[in-house]
Formats: sequence, C-alpha cells, structure tokens
Amino acid sequence: MAYTSEEVLTGLAEIVAEESGQPASAVVREASFTDDLDIDSLSMMTIVTHAEDKFDVRIPDEDVKNLSTVGDAVDYITKAQG
Amino acid sequence: MTPRPDVVVTGLGAFSPIGADAPTTWEAALAGTSGARTLDNDWSEKYGIPVTFAATVVGDVNERLARPEIKRMDPSAQYAVIAAREAWADAGSPEVDPVRLGAVVSSGIGGIHTTLDGWDVLRERGARRVLPTTVPMLMPNSPSAYVSLDLGAQAGAHALVSACASGAEAIGYAVDMIRAGRADVVVAGGTEAVIHPMPVAAFAASRTLSLRNDDPAHASRPYDVDRDGFVIGEGSAVLVLESAEHAAARGARVYAKLAGVGLSADGYHITSPEPTGKGQIRAMEMALADAGASVRDVVHVNAHATSTMVGDMIEARAIRHLFASEADHVALSATKSMTGHLLGGAGALETLFTVRAVADRVAPPTINVENPEPDLEVPLVRDTPAQLPDGDVAALNNSFGFGGHNVALIVTNA
Repeated sequence: MAYTSEEVLTGLAEIVAEESGQPASAVVREASFTDDLDIDSLSMMTIVTHAEDKFDVRIPDEDVKNLSTVGDAVDYITKAQG
Repeated sequence: MTPRPDVVVTGLGAFSPIGADAPTTWEAALAGTSGARTLDNDWSEKYGIPVTFAATVVGDVNERLARPEIKRMDPSAQYAVIAAREAWADAGSPEVDPVRLGAVVSSGIGGIHTTLDGWDVLRERGARRVLPTTVPMLMPNSPSAYVSLDLGAQAGAHALVSACASGAEAIGYAVDMIRAGRADVVVAGGTEAVIHPMPVAAFAASRTLSLRNDDPAHASRPYDVDRDGFVIGEGSAVLVLESAEHAAARGARVYAKLAGVGLSADGYHITSPEPTGKGQIRAMEMALADAGASVRDVVHVNAHATSTMVGDMIEARAIRHLFASEADHVALSATKSMTGHLLGGAGALETLFTVRAVADRVAPPTINVENPEPDLEVPLVRDTPAQLPDGDVAALNNSFGFGGHNVALIVTNA
C-alpha cells in the first residue's frame, strides 16, 4: 500500500520531531534539515533509518546527500514506494 | 614548586533508587528507606531468571530530559546527565574557563541496554534497521562524553572502568586532575543502568544476587548473618570537585574536602576478594597517608559492604586490622542496605553520602541487620542515624570491584 505525499509528510514530520525536538508543525516541505531543523549528519542517518522502516523504502547513502529539504525527502520517499 | 591544591566538593547530584535528586536521596537514606522493589515484568516466567526484584531509580527521565536527549543516550548516560546537571546547579553553575573544566564519569558495564537492543534489532530486522546512534550510545565513555558535552568541559573527559569501584575511581581521578593542575573544576561520578534481563541473569549466574524475592525491602542486609547476596541497582551520583582556591575565589559553598585517594589491586582472583584483605588495607592506608590523616581521625566509614556472604566480612576484618582499637570509635554504615548496589554508580553515591555525613555530622543507618555477624568488630550504625563528633574529622569510603580493584577515598570537613 503506497502512502500519499501528504501521508509521507505527516509521518516524516513525526520522525523528525522526535529526533530533533522541534514541533512537528515546524517540519514543513520548505524546511531545510540542516539550516532550519538543526539536523546533523548523525541525526539525518537516524531519520533515514526510521523512515526506511516506516515507509518500507530503501534510501541509499548516495541519495541522502541530495535530500536538503523536507520536501526533497517527501518526494523521494513517495516516488520510491512500491 | 607550588603547593598541591586542596580539592573541595561544591556540588552534589543524584538520581537513585531512593530519590530523584541528591537532597531527597540523602533524606531517604537517613530515614532508612529501601529502594528495592519487585520488578513488573515476565522475566522469571519467560527466561527463568531466579531474581524478581531490583533497586530501580525512582525518578522519571521523561520529566528531566528532552525527548531527543533520551533517544540519543543510553539510560546509563541519561542518569549521569541528570545527576550532573543537578550537581552543577547545586555548585552555583560556576563560571569556569571551559579548558579548565573536566568530566570524569564512569560506568562499570557501559551502555548495555543499547548493546542488547541493537543486537535484537539486527537479528530480527537486519543491518539496515540498526540505528546510527548505537555506537555513541553503547560505548562506556558515553556518560562521561555527554556530561562533557552538556557542560562544555574541555579539560578532559574520562571514564575509568573498574567494575563496582568505577564511581569512586572516577572521583579519585578527578582529584588527581585538579592536583596535577589540569583542571580547576571537575564534574565526577558514576552511573549504571543494567536492569535488563541479560545482565540480571548474568549476575544471578555468578551467584552474587540475593534471592529474597518474597521480601525485596529486606533483601540487602550487609553484616546480617542471614544475608544472601546483593540487590542489583541502578542510578547515578555526580559531584562537583573544585580546587579550594577556585571555590574560595567565587565564594562557593563547600560541603567537604576530598582529601585522600588510595588505589590498589588484589592481583588475586577475577571475582573473589583476596581473603586477608591486604589489598583493601593498602588502599585505605594510601588514602589516609594521601590525606595526611591517621586512623584516629576517622569517625565514619561508608563500607563497600554489598551484602554478600564473603565480601562483607573480608572488608570488616580489613578495617579492624588497619584501625585496631581505633575502630571502636568508628561509625560504620553500609548504605547499600538501602540503595541496593549501583555497581559503577555505587562508589559515587557512597562518596556523596560520605560528604553529606561529614558536612552534617551524621552517619546514615544500615537497615535490615537483625542478627549482626558475631565477629563484626566495628561499631555498626543500625536502623537510625548516628551523630558524628564536632571538630576536625575524617571519613572513609571504600569501593571494591570485580577484578580486584580497591579504591578508598578520605573525606574531611571543609
């Protein structure tokens, strides 16, 4: 069962909020992981691990570096499903 | 050559089975409170673990740490950071040059929840699900590193490991850092979080745990003839140590002086203490000499005394041997009767008790001693606290660990 883009955003926001301590409402499509959400590389890899589990996708390390904003990640995950 | 700096204690923090902070823990100790309780789990039915109780922390980490902090730290580091923050605030959050501030926080076991949880994830779900935070959470220096990060301590962050002597050894090393001129202030202590079925089963397998499942609160009974092992515990205690000069310059409240450190190794057996206690005696002698004190000055001993059949009396005889007739005026306390055995946290929590005992002139009780060992030749403080004399006094805290590690610390009044 594929998640919609909105569902991915909601689910990812929960993961990011849990990891960063930022409110889920701050995890919007335009937010930059590093500049707006204070996510370092260790946190980013932790978020990727949780996201792979939650959405049943594979996000290779070489693709993670291209995910600068929450929107990038939402689009990548939405596309990568099934 | 400049004289060796005196080292004083200016802050105390604890997160323990009898209190979620240092003052509550101390008051609970004076009141003779047991922190041992039945565990609410199915480990006995599921795994056949013969012990169904432990001395678990009473505080809730969710009330003390932010959610991301909890996720990034093993419980052993969580407890240490909670205790360190309290100790730091208690010391008045001193202004100190970060490169003159150190952190020495030990765990005897390390991040074992993280280690074992990571192994479960790997076996059940594969390598992609093992979290990237696993290594920095399981490494045994993690509590020290997180305390250092939290306070910005840059003079050095260290984690000395010597099983159940780890917390005391950390404090001893912190004293050395200040004396050697490497730091003005060092946040030092110990922590442990091992209430997980594997370590509980492993300690049970070593036949060192009490099996008094029907009566946890009376299970830890050092020096009682019916003792049957220690009560496994968890928690942390952290002290702020400071050069006397630095403390005086900022007008800090001083609890006591950390005056002497003694260290030795039995070189005898991996778990059994050397039967004559000669290694323990050497550590105590060294600590006294280091403090410039004699056995005549010592009015209180916080014993290692874990409530094991063999260990308690080896230590008691070692004290009697070293102190000879001077042992008659010592108030001996075995606070593990109340707190259980915090393993790597024990030496730090008991140093905290020793500091408060000297500062407040009161020795905490030893509970559950219904029938004391007939050949215990040191006066035991039982059931209710004992007043300590006025004037200049010294107190001794012993900590020993699997592997033959012996640490003795001398605390004197400020």
